[in-house]
Amino acid sequence: MQPDITDKVLELIKRTSTDIPPDVEASLRKAMGDEDKGSAAQGALETILSNIELSRKNGTPICQDTGTPIFRVRHPGGWSTRKMREQIRTAIAQATKLSYMRPNAVDSITEKNSGNNLGGEEFPTIHFEEEEGDSLVVDLMLKGGGCENVGAQYSLPDESIGAGRDLAGVRRAVLDAVQKAQGLGCAPGILGVSIGGDRGSGYVASKAALYTPIGTRNAAPEVAAMEERITKEANSMGIGPMGFGGRTTVIDTKIVGMHRLPASYFVTISYMCWAYRRRRLILEGDRVEYK
Amino acid sequence: MRELTIPVSAETIRELHIGEPVLLTGVMITGRDTAHKWIEETFIKKTKAPGPGDEAIYAELKRILAGSFIYHCGPVVAGLDTKQYRFVAAGPTTSIREEPFEADVMRHFGMRGVIGKGGMGDRTLQGCKETPAVYLHAIGGAASLIAQTVKRVTGVHKLEFGVPEAMWVIEVEKFPAVVTMDSHGRSQHDAILDRSKRVLAELFSKP
Repeated sequence: MQPDITDKVLELIKRTSTDIPPDVEASLRKAMGDEDKGSAAQGALETILSNIELSRKNGTPICQDTGTPIFRVRHPGGWSTRKMREQIRTAIAQATKLSYMRPNAVDSITEKNSGNNLGGEEFPTIHFEEEEGDSLVVDLMLKGGGCENVGAQYSLPDESIGAGRDLAGVRRAVLDAVQKAQGLGCAPGILGVSIGGDRGSGYVASKAALYTPIGTRNAAPEVAAMEERITKEANSMGIGPMGFGGRTTVIDTKIVGMHRLPASYFVTISYMCWAYRRRRLILEGDRVEYK
Repeated sequence: MRELTIPVSAETIRELHIGEPVLLTGVMITGRDTAHKWIEETFIKKTKAPGPGDEAIYAELKRILAGSFIYHCGPVVAGLDTKQYRFVAAGPTTSIREEPFEADVMRHFGMRGVIGKGGMGDRTLQGCKETPAVYLHAIGGAASLIAQTVKRVTGVHKLEFGVPEAMWVIEVEKFPAVVTMDSHGRSQHDAILDRSKRVLAELFSKP
């Protein structure tokens, strides 16, 4: 019997919007310690950490741009995705009414804001996957517009940055994107990178990479080494928190490989702001867990 | 830390330099893409006729913005049903989208600057020099914290633009920001951009 998940999803939205995962908060705290005492960079991180504590205490959104809600729903066989979609959409509208979410869905043709964060099939974004077993796992990510706007896709080879079709070319593309983003993506950021796919699936995969905790490395050693190298080199550019200058521009880099057409080689970068809002709901019979 | 009370004088603005943190107190207005486009088209370039009630809003903007600031912000607002508005979350949005308009808007209203994030371009920097005005950088994403400095929402114009795009009239107390573009033609963003370009070129020279 498929339960009604509206209330559980509403709680998931609240927790995602008003709090930040412990691994992200710990990384920001470490970054604050790494910056020079009294610098603008350190001041920015202090403000960021105070804001996180205040949002958690008061149950108010970490950031006013509550972003595109991106759901990944892994469900047992036989569950109706049509019903789950309706319940998730109801929860989104309720969360908007309760000020956990800003009304964020604007019709691009009429310029009208729907007022409740619902707009067409794609707002909110929901990916469904049927899985073995009896548990429901719902991941939610809220990704704001500032960082979404600095995401980038490169088609390699790209002569302008000397990037060929290999990991060395991937490195160039990612570093170029970080330099171009400056502080505009609300640095320090987290990079989700996909290699391959087509233009559409590349962006989906680069965002899905961001569902994993900070420090999750690719299973292939040469890719894992490249993830760490890119983070280190990006930080050497001195862009810093908010683009104020400083040591931490990128907290982590996550690379995923995909199959591609022989003719295409896309490198797609999704930039996540420091307000890296992701949470998980797990439902197993009567047991409810939020992670 | 220097505290600025709105309306701010031209002399005070000339004393500010990039890198300086400030605390702002007084009445300002939020405005982003739709608001800037509407102001420019209706009252500066006058390519569009004002709609019903627009002239009254314009008079109000002129009164408030002289010596004040536009805050690039699309807030989360509670009390939409009862009109007892309260800012719940109110961090800055990316400012560069207003680059085509901002210098004109600042000059037109005799503003003392704008508040946002990410910095702005050469036209705005030139506008800061002439007006004079400054660009104040707030901390992106620090939405709950900044909302606490918004003591009162005294009105809203053009709510039909949607909550994020409407022009909210707010009274702030000790709103924290950093001067990153001053009225002397200097931008902190340019310096960091140049340095990061040099480092990237060095990184590209390695295999």
